[in-house]
Amino acid sequence: MATGLKLKYTKEKKMIFEKIKEILVDELGVEAEEVLMESKIKDDLDADSLDIVQVVMAVEEAFEIEVEEEETEKLITVGDVVRYVEENK
Amino acid sequence: MNYANIIGTGTYVPEKIVDNHMLSRLVETSDEWIRTRTGIKERRITTGENTSDLAFKASQAALENAGMDPEDLDMIILSTLTPDYFTPATACLVQRRLGAENAAAFDVSAACSGFLYGLDIADSFIKSGKAKNILLVSSEVMSKVIDWQERNTCVLFGDGAGAVVLKASPYHGIINTVTGSKGDIEGNLVSKSRNLANPFMENPESGENYLSMNGKEIFKFATRIMRKALRDVTAGTGVDLSGVKYIVPHQANDRMFEYVAGKMKFDKEKFYVNLERFGNTSSASIPIALDEMAKKDLLSKGDKLIFVGFGGGLTWGAALVEWQLD
Repeated sequence: MATGLKLKYTKEKKMIFEKIKEILVDELGVEAEEVLMESKIKDDLDADSLDIVQVVMAVEEAFEIEVEEEETEKLITVGDVVRYVEENK
Repeated sequence: MNYANIIGTGTYVPEKIVDNHMLSRLVETSDEWIRTRTGIKERRITTGENTSDLAFKASQAALENAGMDPEDLDMIILSTLTPDYFTPATACLVQRRLGAENAAAFDVSAACSGFLYGLDIADSFIKSGKAKNILLVSSEVMSKVIDWQERNTCVLFGDGAGAVVLKASPYHGIINTVTGSKGDIEGNLVSKSRNLANPFMENPESGENYLSMNGKEIFKFATRIMRKALRDVTAGTGVDLSGVKYIVPHQANDRMFEYVAGKMKFDKEKFYVNLERFGNTSSASIPIALDEMAKKDLLSKGDKLIFVGFGGGLTWGAALVEWQLD
């Protein structure tokens, strides 16, 4: 049972990651291969402050969540965004 | 049935041009930073003229363009967030200087959406038959409310005024208007009035009050509300965006227009943009852009246009217009 739960959990995480990757490719014009869990959105994917606002807006719309501004500042890597969505959706 | 038609446009901006390089000597910024984040290259800044002075000159130009005698005006509506005085209304100062003796004059406070609120009011008065000839002028001296040491805001704004003359006519010039508000109790875009202070207070307020803006929240608000306003103003009119020649947006930030065009899947060129030369002139930005388009011969009779604005309040508005001038 534990394995089953873990599998489900991983599968969902992967789906969130794939959707966020799609958003980053769309909003930032980066290549899909460049987007890894550990990629830093600002430094590695070359996003400026308004790009990050656009990414947050797209994430909010895709997952029907609201990201508070204080939270936005803590989202440094792609993995941070995936975890935030997982915990808040 | 009477409809409101735009029969003339006019602009006045101060002569002094302040480019990004000049600002980089005042605050820690650069031409490259300002251009890539906003699209702005330069703006006009007053060296002595106040809001009523800019408004008066833009109004004169619009009346001349319309071929209208000031005495024939029934109403003067002036939008501004930077009035000369709490009272008199800036509109009244303009009325007297124009010699528009028969006009009721008042100001509208709807920040960057002021032109659209004014247009909505003018349209309603003309449709109801209570007014025939209305001057709508939007004038701003943003340079007196911004903190010239705050690099996140002082690079964005400019001074200027734009005016239109509206006349009752059987032609359906203003097809539809929408306006809306969402009270900004969070203080995302504020320019505070005088300090709350009197001899009976224990803790009177003190210090300077400058315009402050949470750029990220306003970017989110503006790009979402622009999409909503564009949908709402066309809904039920039989006109869709593909039939609209130009969208004239409040000239706040080029990145917003790129984003909205991308999301709504239309060519970004549909947005008429001139903020590279004037910056954000608040409510004056749409009539300044419209006058420039008319003078450049970009508009022909029958063209469909949308004006869309958003800003402090928070407020927003849009108007779908059929251009009736040759």
